[in-house]
Amino acid sequence: MKEQHSFKNLWVLFWTFAKMGVMTFGGGMAMLPILQREVVDNKGWATEEELTDYYAIGQCTPGIIAVNTATFIGQKYDGALGGVVATLGVVFPSVVIISILAGLISNFADLAWVKNAFAGIQVCVCVLIFNAVTKLLKKSVVDKRTAVIFVLVLLGGLFLKLSPVWFVVGAALAGVILKNLEARAA
Amino acid sequence: MIYLQLFWEFFKTGLFAVGGGMATLPFLQAIGESTGWYTYTDLMNMLAVSESTPGPIGINMATYVGFTAAGVPGAVVATVGEVTPSIIVILIVAAVLHSFRDNKYVNRAFYGLRPASTGLIGAACVSVILEVLTSVQLVAQQSGLVKAPVLGGGSLFNVPGLLLAAVLLVLTNYVPKVKGLHPIVFIGLSAVVGVVFGFAGA
Repeated sequence: MKEQHSFKNLWVLFWTFAKMGVMTFGGGMAMLPILQREVVDNKGWATEEELTDYYAIGQCTPGIIAVNTATFIGQKYDGALGGVVATLGVVFPSVVIISILAGLISNFADLAWVKNAFAGIQVCVCVLIFNAVTKLLKKSVVDKRTAVIFVLVLLGGLFLKLSPVWFVVGAALAGVILKNLEARAA
Repeated sequence: MIYLQLFWEFFKTGLFAVGGGMATLPFLQAIGESTGWYTYTDLMNMLAVSESTPGPIGINMATYVGFTAAGVPGAVVATVGEVTPSIIVILIVAAVLHSFRDNKYVNRAFYGLRPASTGLIGAACVSVILEVLTSVQLVAQQSGLVKAPVLGGGSLFNVPGLLLAAVLLVLTNYVPKVKGLHPIVFIGLSAVVGVVFGFAGA
């Protein structure tokens, strides 16, 4: 049996997740193969099935998927404190790398070629977001009612000066009500 | 107290953005609009850098926005704010794991949540496209609830931008072998095109 909350355990947890944070390039999805190798194969902190469960729940609970999964694995290994430490580990490299880069970029932002480069990059970002939306559409719009929710929120988000929070809360309620009515009719 | 405000704004983002890093985009857009810490264009640049550096995109963006608002302490506060709700929610879910997965109310709520999350990202996508590729902007009155389209100065369409966008759309969706490449390749390519053709007119 491992000792609860020993400094060494927590350090191993932090360091392992920090390494995975550096290796993740892109979204939370890119992290899955890395998690499988480190957490399941190397460390044995979770089984393949558990990891799949954590991942599925991490996708449908609020927040960043990589963080949710890290919290899950950390708490399984060493309780609530382990969850916190694993999460701090996974975000640590981002904070360091982005802070350094952001400082550098703001120093060079006024150069003509940097402005031109970012003007080109902005076009690319448009396309990348558009591709992300079309990919999500296939998973989230599954029938007429979800299509209506999508269109209403799209138009509302575009033309109303309202916090996205209200759309999220409203849509969750709509989901419960619609499915309840369906269950009652059946 | 900017740190407290940063923490709170990112706490809300972490709590209500469902579906990963890209789902935080509409929230970050709303934060920029209400605080004036950064513009749409700044946010797009941050997104591009976040996609091209190691680490989960959502965390990179939170760090970058926090840094823009209040330097290194801001980067730390924003990131901690964004992950705090995750930690709380996951610790609760972990305690009731089995009943959570099979709970019919959770499943029903997500039936509505998923398309709404996509709709919010879609709206962010449209406003970003308007910003970058046209001179149309959606502007709300000071106290009004409705945003109306307003024509900015210059030509209506950014023609070189539209051409590049069309090429990128084809490359990222239809060209075998190329379409599976990491986004950083397309970001790098676009930067080169921007410099060569003087996209910013600078």
